Amino acid sequence: MIAALHTRWLPPLLVVASLAVFPWLGSEFYVGLAGKIMILAIFALSLQLLVGVTGLVSLGHAAFYGVAAYATVLLAPKYEAANMVWLLPAAVAAAVLYALAVGALALRTKGVYFIMVTLAFAQMAYYVFHDTKLGGGSDGIYLNIKPELSFAGWQPIDMGARLPFYYIVLLALVAVFAFLRMLLASRFGRALAGIRGNEQRMRAAGFATFPYKLAAFTLAGGLAGVAGFLAAFREGYVNPEMLSWHQSGAVLLMVILGGMGRLWGAVLGAFAFALLQFFFQSEYVFGEFAKHWQLLLGATIIACVALMPEGLIGLPGQLRAWRARRKPNASHA
Amino acid sequence: MPDRQSLLLRAKGVTRRFGGLTAVSAVSLDLAEGEIHAVIGTNGAGKSTLINVLAGEIPITDGRVELLSQDVTHWSQPKRARAGLGRSYQRTTIFPRFTVFENCRLAAQATRQVPWNGWTAADACPVSTSLARDALARTGLSGLADRIAGLLSHGEKRQLEIAMCVATRPRVLLLDEPLAGMGPEETERMLGLLADLKAGHAILLVEHDMDAVFRVADRITVMVNGAVIASDTPAVVRADPDVQLAYLGEVHVD
Repeated sequence: MIAALHTRWLPPLLVVASLAVFPWLGSEFYVGLAGKIMILAIFALSLQLLVGVTGLVSLGHAAFYGVAAYATVLLAPKYEAANMVWLLPAAVAAAVLYALAVGALALRTKGVYFIMVTLAFAQMAYYVFHDTKLGGGSDGIYLNIKPELSFAGWQPIDMGARLPFYYIVLLALVAVFAFLRMLLASRFGRALAGIRGNEQRMRAAGFATFPYKLAAFTLAGGLAGVAGFLAAFREGYVNPEMLSWHQSGAVLLMVILGGMGRLWGAVLGAFAFALLQFFFQSEYVFGEFAKHWQLLLGATIIACVALMPEGLIGLPGQLRAWRARRKPNASHA
Repeated sequence: MPDRQSLLLRAKGVTRRFGGLTAVSAVSLDLAEGEIHAVIGTNGAGKSTLINVLAGEIPITDGRVELLSQDVTHWSQPKRARAGLGRSYQRTTIFPRFTVFENCRLAAQATRQVPWNGWTAADACPVSTSLARDALARTGLSGLADRIAGLLSHGEKRQLEIAMCVATRPRVLLLDEPLAGMGPEETERMLGLLADLKAGHAILLVEHDMDAVFRVADRITVMVNGAVIASDTPAVVRADPDVQLAYLGEVHVD
C-alpha cells in the first residue's frame, strides 16, 4: 500500500518540487525559459485532451491560445493595470466561445477533413489579426501594463515581479494537470476515451457522441486559453504568429513527441521540444549552422517518432519489452 | 402467434435504397420477447443493411419501425439504444485497449450518463459497475474481467461484444453473425448463451451457419435481393420450395 502510494505520488511530487526550487538554483535566463516551457506544457496538455484522449487530431489549436492572448491585451485598460481576477476568466471565455463555434462546425467532419477544417478556422483567425488594425496587424500589439492580482484592493503578491509570476505559472500547470487527471477518471473522461477507442460502439451503446466531442473541444480550447493568457502576460506582447499553423504544428509535435494519450506525455513533450529547439538554436554549439536549427529539430523529431512510436513517456515500457524479448535469445546462445 | 404486448420491435415495409439499388425492399417483421427470430439469405441479400436500418445506424428510405410500441423511425441510433435496442456487429466492435470489465462498464454507463459530472471516479459509479458485473456473469466472462480486451481470443471477443450489449439492459438484441469465424466449441457456447438470453429479450439473429439457425431459431425470415420470400417456423421454412430454390438452385420436379 505504502509502496503503491510511493510509485504513484513520488514522481509528480519530485517534478513539482524541482520546478519549485529551480528559481534558487538556475540563472535568471534559465528560470525564464522554465517559465516559458511550463506555459507550453499547459498548452500541450490542453491539446492532449483532444488528440490523445478523445482521438480528435486538430491542426488549429493555436487559434484558441492566440485568441485568449489577444483578448488579454485588448481587454486590458490602456493606462492602468488590469486585475487578473477578471482578465483571466475573460481571456479564457474568449477562447471558449471561439472553440465552441469552431467545434460545432468542425466536429461535423472526421479524420483528415477535421484536421483541414480546424486548420482553416485557425488560419481565418490568423488573418483577422494579421490583416486588420484590430490587434496592430502583422506587427502585433503590446500589453502596456502588466495585470495585477487584487482582491478588493488587497494584493497578495506583486505579479509584475519575475518570481511570483513563475510560481503562478507553476500553480496553473499543477492545477490544469490535476483537473485533467480527475476528468479522465470520471465518467465523462471514460466516455471520451471510448470515443477514441471506438466511436461506433459508443453510439450503439447509447452515447450521442457529438455533444461529448464538442464538450472536449471547448474544454481544450479553454485550457489553451489559460496558456495563451499566461503567454501574453509573460511576453507583454502578442503577434499573429501565436495563432499561426506553425504554432499549431509545434504543439501537436509536443504531444506526439511526449506520447499520445497520457498527460505526462504532454508535459514531457513540451520540455523536450522546447529544449531541443533551444539546443539547436545555440550558436555556441552549432556556430553558423545554428540558423538552420529547424532542419536539425525536424530530423531529430522524425528519428524520435520512428524509434519511439509511443513517445518519450512510452520509452521505459518499450525498453522493458525489448529486454524481455532479448532474454530468451540470450539463453539460447 | 405471440400477443401484441410482447412484440418489442415491429418493422413495417422497411425499405432502404442506395441510389438505384434497393438493398432492403419492404421488409416487415415482428420481434417478440422470448423468441429468436433468425434472418437468413445469401450474401448481399440485405441482412446487415436491415440491421443497420433497424438500429438507426443508417437512415430509412421508407417504412416504419416501432420499438416498445413507440414510433422510432426517425430516432438517432443512440436514442434507440437508450430506449432498449442493443446490437452487435459482424466485425468485432469492442474497445481493444480497455479491460473486459471496463468495456462492459462503459457500455453500461450509457444507461445513466451524467456527462457533467467530471469529478466522481467512474469506477465508483454504482450503477454501471453492477450492470457490468451482471453482464459478465451472465455471459460467462467474469473470470476474464481484468484482461485487456484486445488480447482475448476471437471467440471471447465475440462473447464480450454480446456482454457489452447485455450491459446496457436492452429489450431487443440485433445480432449480426455472432458465430462468424468461431470453432465448434465456441459455437456451442455462443448458442447456449443465445438460448439463455431469449428470456426477457427479443432477438434478431442474422447468421450464415444454417445448422445453428435451425437449432435455435423460433422463427426464420428468408431474404433474397432485399425482399422477404418466406417467414415462418423453421419446419415450414425448410419445406418451402422457394427457399430451396434460392438456396439450392434449380429444384427438379419430375
